[in-house]
Amino acid sequence: MSAPTGITRVTLLKDLRLEWRSKDAINSMLFFSLLVVVVFSFSFDPSAEESRQIAGGLIWVAFLFAAVVALNQTWAREIRNQVLDAYRVSPAPANSLFIAKTLGNFIFVSVLEALMTPLFIVFYRLRSLGPAWQLLLVAVLGTWALVVNGTFFAAMSLRTRSREIMLPLLLFPISIPALLAMVQATTAILSGEGARFWIVLLVTYDVVFTTVCLLLFETILNAE
Amino acid sequence: MSQCFNDKMKRAFPILGVLTAVFLSFALYEALVAAPTEQTMGDVQRIFYYHVPSAWTAFILFFVNFGASVYYLVKRCSTADIVALVSAEVGVVFCTVVLITGPIWARPVWGIWWTWDMRLTSTLVLWLIYVSYLFLRRFSSSGETPALAAALAVLGALCVPFVYFSIWFFRTQHPQPVMGGGGAIDPRMLHVLLINWLAFSCFAFLVCWSRYRLEKLQRDVDQAHALESLMDPRRGSR
Repeated sequence: MSAPTGITRVTLLKDLRLEWRSKDAINSMLFFSLLVVVVFSFSFDPSAEESRQIAGGLIWVAFLFAAVVALNQTWAREIRNQVLDAYRVSPAPANSLFIAKTLGNFIFVSVLEALMTPLFIVFYRLRSLGPAWQLLLVAVLGTWALVVNGTFFAAMSLRTRSREIMLPLLLFPISIPALLAMVQATTAILSGEGARFWIVLLVTYDVVFTTVCLLLFETILNAE
Repeated sequence: MSQCFNDKMKRAFPILGVLTAVFLSFALYEALVAAPTEQTMGDVQRIFYYHVPSAWTAFILFFVNFGASVYYLVKRCSTADIVALVSAEVGVVFCTVVLITGPIWARPVWGIWWTWDMRLTSTLVLWLIYVSYLFLRRFSSSGETPALAAALAVLGALCVPFVYFSIWFFRTQHPQPVMGGGGAIDPRMLHVLLINWLAFSCFAFLVCWSRYRLEKLQRDVDQAHALESLMDPRRGSR
């Protein structure tokens, strides 16, 4: 078994299996974002043209809030029975663990998006005027941006009092550019304008923050 | 060596304080009396001499915070950590001054308290990032707070160009407000602005320095307490 990728694979499969059996994160995320959709549709009651303008914002805010639910659970599981301490003293590279957790969260949030998007389309009567495949690209890049920072900050907030509150406090300010890019790109595609700048910005954001998170994660893991 | 340096700084502190006070009063006189009145905005424009120097000082302090955090991550030196903490705290204060004086100036000149213009929005986001940094420092329960905070500071500083570019593109379709539209500034005004900025920088340095001494003292006291309770466990942790 080649060491780093093997550890990543094993950890990822373990997380997926745990989630498959308990379905804790996905159920709470689904219900939470469903609530957000319903509450928003009551508070705005938009026409088709209006919903095209605001849908990008609504979708991403719902996914962002729901993702925080999953991200908060990422490391909580490893605290019980001192799994994280065991990992820390083992010679396994820290980044393998980080990549596994990030991929796991990415899969959870992607599943959530795949299930919730049809509902959004139905509730808000959405029809894209631009190329819809670009929405997929924006979704992948945007989700990665949220998840890579979220996993990192979830590990950071493990070391704080009231960690559930701490994660959004740390994650949201840093994610503002990514969130702005996701929302603007989605709105631009839905209303048939070009979203090139925003996609390039998201790619750059993803590359920079993934690199820095990988460089700094060992420090965070060992900060006890 | 360090003790001798500390003693010297302790003696230099009151002198620096007096100098800063004199400098600040001179800058106040220059801004309120000596500087020419702006043609269209009138006397309201004089808040410019507080608004802009505070912004520059805040940006410099955030830059110091970034530098000190990187240095801490590489060298793990506790002085760098204290410098990072202090510069973030004082930087947030100056950034708050910017965010308060901005609307006070905007209301009579633009007719609105706030607009989601590029400069206003990016300053607000910057403020949010550094407030979250201070939150982390406050809520952290681990002994490795400096490392966590330094990591966050690096991520936050890297976020700044993204904030700037995204908001720049977000807002380019909208008309740009008056300031910074490339209009030439009266050399006399520039002179007063620079004097005010220097006075504010001295003031910021003074506050940072006293905060640094306080933090250092606090840590020394904590360390002494910890050491004491290690020596004699019956006396408890404090």
